[in-house]
Amino acid sequence: MSELRPKHLEQAYSLYMDGVSVSFDGFKALNNLSLYIKPGEMRAIIGPNGAGKTTMMDVITGKTKPDTGTVLFNNTTDLTQHDEAAVANIGVGRKFQKPSVIESLTVFENLELAQKGGRSIWQALFHKLSDERAKKIQDTLELIALADKQHELAANLSHGQKQWLEIGMLISQEPELLLIDEPAAGMTDEETMKTAELFKKLAQKHSLVVVEHDMDFIAALDCKVTVLHEGSVLAEGSLESVQNNQQVIEVYLGR
Amino acid sequence: MDTMQQTTQSISKPKLGPLATLLVGDKGGQKLIFALIAIAIIFPFCNLVFPQDSFFHISTYTLTLTGKYLCYALLALAVDLIWGYCGILSLGHGAFFALGGYAMGMYLMRQIGDRGVYGNPELPDFMVFLNWSELPWYWYGFDQFWFSMIMVLMAPGILAFVFGWLAFRSRVTGVYLSIITQALTYALMLAFFRNDMGFGGNNGLTDFKDILGFDLQSSGTRNVLFIASASALIIGYLISRFITRSKLGRVLVSIRDAESRTRFLGYRVEHYKLFVFVVSAMLAGVAGALYVPQVGIINPGEFTPINSIEIIIWVAVGGRGSLFGAVIGAIAVNYAKTYFTGAFAELWLFMLGGLFVLTTLYLPKGIVGLWQQIKQGDGKAAQLANVITAKFSNAFSKGA
Repeated sequence: MSELRPKHLEQAYSLYMDGVSVSFDGFKALNNLSLYIKPGEMRAIIGPNGAGKTTMMDVITGKTKPDTGTVLFNNTTDLTQHDEAAVANIGVGRKFQKPSVIESLTVFENLELAQKGGRSIWQALFHKLSDERAKKIQDTLELIALADKQHELAANLSHGQKQWLEIGMLISQEPELLLIDEPAAGMTDEETMKTAELFKKLAQKHSLVVVEHDMDFIAALDCKVTVLHEGSVLAEGSLESVQNNQQVIEVYLGR
Repeated sequence: MDTMQQTTQSISKPKLGPLATLLVGDKGGQKLIFALIAIAIIFPFCNLVFPQDSFFHISTYTLTLTGKYLCYALLALAVDLIWGYCGILSLGHGAFFALGGYAMGMYLMRQIGDRGVYGNPELPDFMVFLNWSELPWYWYGFDQFWFSMIMVLMAPGILAFVFGWLAFRSRVTGVYLSIITQALTYALMLAFFRNDMGFGGNNGLTDFKDILGFDLQSSGTRNVLFIASASALIIGYLISRFITRSKLGRVLVSIRDAESRTRFLGYRVEHYKLFVFVVSAMLAGVAGALYVPQVGIINPGEFTPINSIEIIIWVAVGGRGSLFGAVIGAIAVNYAKTYFTGAFAELWLFMLGGLFVLTTLYLPKGIVGLWQQIKQGDGKAAQLANVITAKFSNAFSKGA
């Protein structure tokens, strides 16, 4: 599966996807997809429905095994050899399109659960929250503006608040690479802009891959944009250059 | 830092012992433990101290019957631990109960010694009857109480480990898992019915004489077994509470509500399921082991799938996901069963089925949930009670 590995690898990459193909019953969900994310880079991914955005995330997070291609994390770890839990512990965090928080736990408990470390049975059974870790949770609660709701069940949050909580959980996992699927869905304009600000701040320490449809949000992220279409990269560059690309216009507007 | 302490755990009195802290915020559990301690003292006291014609006398029959229910309650607790907290609907938990029972039964068989019908000091009666000349290897060690008690835990534990490892690793969930647990207990039933399995076949193990040298028929032994059952239930409750209250418990809830999300958080879902499944099977085994000396028999009938389904009904009726609800459900349904199978034997199964349907439709959180709703509702309580009675009478009039 790693036939072409060294092509780009003299550089450091947070995520290195090269020639990745996945097909389901003959349908090519990913078709020779290549994507290179540098450490500390933020990248926005756009593309029409069925372009392969979700499958791409499934491949990176170990849910789907690619038929061919290389997926490396930090140039060394072959992510195709690990399952979901292992990939998460290696340092890849994922936020889902539909906000998926644990509804019957409180906001605080959701963050505690997500917090890095202590994944083994015995650690979980005899877990005692240290002051330091509790402080970290409080910091995250402040960051996602849910400090006053920390003892509420996550089920009672609004849609936008659930999105924020899930972002908070992602931060608590302290991943190096964050995969974020449609974070702005269901948010007010103000919340959307706050989210963009937060991501820009996160990008200083983490690598981010953000899938989004909201062009205002992508403009606010102010980063390189990759357009996916039928499982491969159609265009890549600044938002402006991509928006003026003739092929991209055709794909989005139809011929 | 003080506020931090309060936000993390609402322990207001830090001087509590480790056991007592387990019950903080668990009012139902506190009452349950108190009630269990009370009956563990009062029942034997009333049985032994008051003469038979006294108003306060509790007959050995009632004592043993209640002891049996306490074993069922422990079994229901074991099921609630996996179903209520981790979403694993096992329809084969009767198998673990029966295995624990058989381990105890084998010990009790060996204790009979040469007092059996055939007077063979080594072989149980059924083996002599089958013309076996020596004890099968898997009966070795069961003349020792300590070994048998280890097997009470290990036999269900190992089966649960192997079964769970295969099922959870292959990500078998939901109704598929329920069906294979049913198949598991059915397969074991067929196996234990066979005479050449060496577990007494159809008749199972019975005619027990004594346990640790004490006569099983004496009321003193019965009282000790009763106290042991109540204690086992208390300990089982505290173990379950320790698990569900820990971070591991919250991981289980997370698996129940959003299994794949939990994986993406980096938790090995299959390990967590396996852990709680094995603990649950062991609790069920202990329940079976205490049940057998009180009822005096263990046979393959305990493996029938219907038994395992009944356990689910106890838990559903009591209210799953609260631990003490399972205990209440098991005791309430079994008292009802004892009464109604005496009064209207043919109707009991219909009543049990009806109870399950009504619970699923109108009381998704069981008796415990109903009680909590009524208590929380303030002014709404009366309103809610009205709604429920209306729904029930509606359902009945439709049925009629």
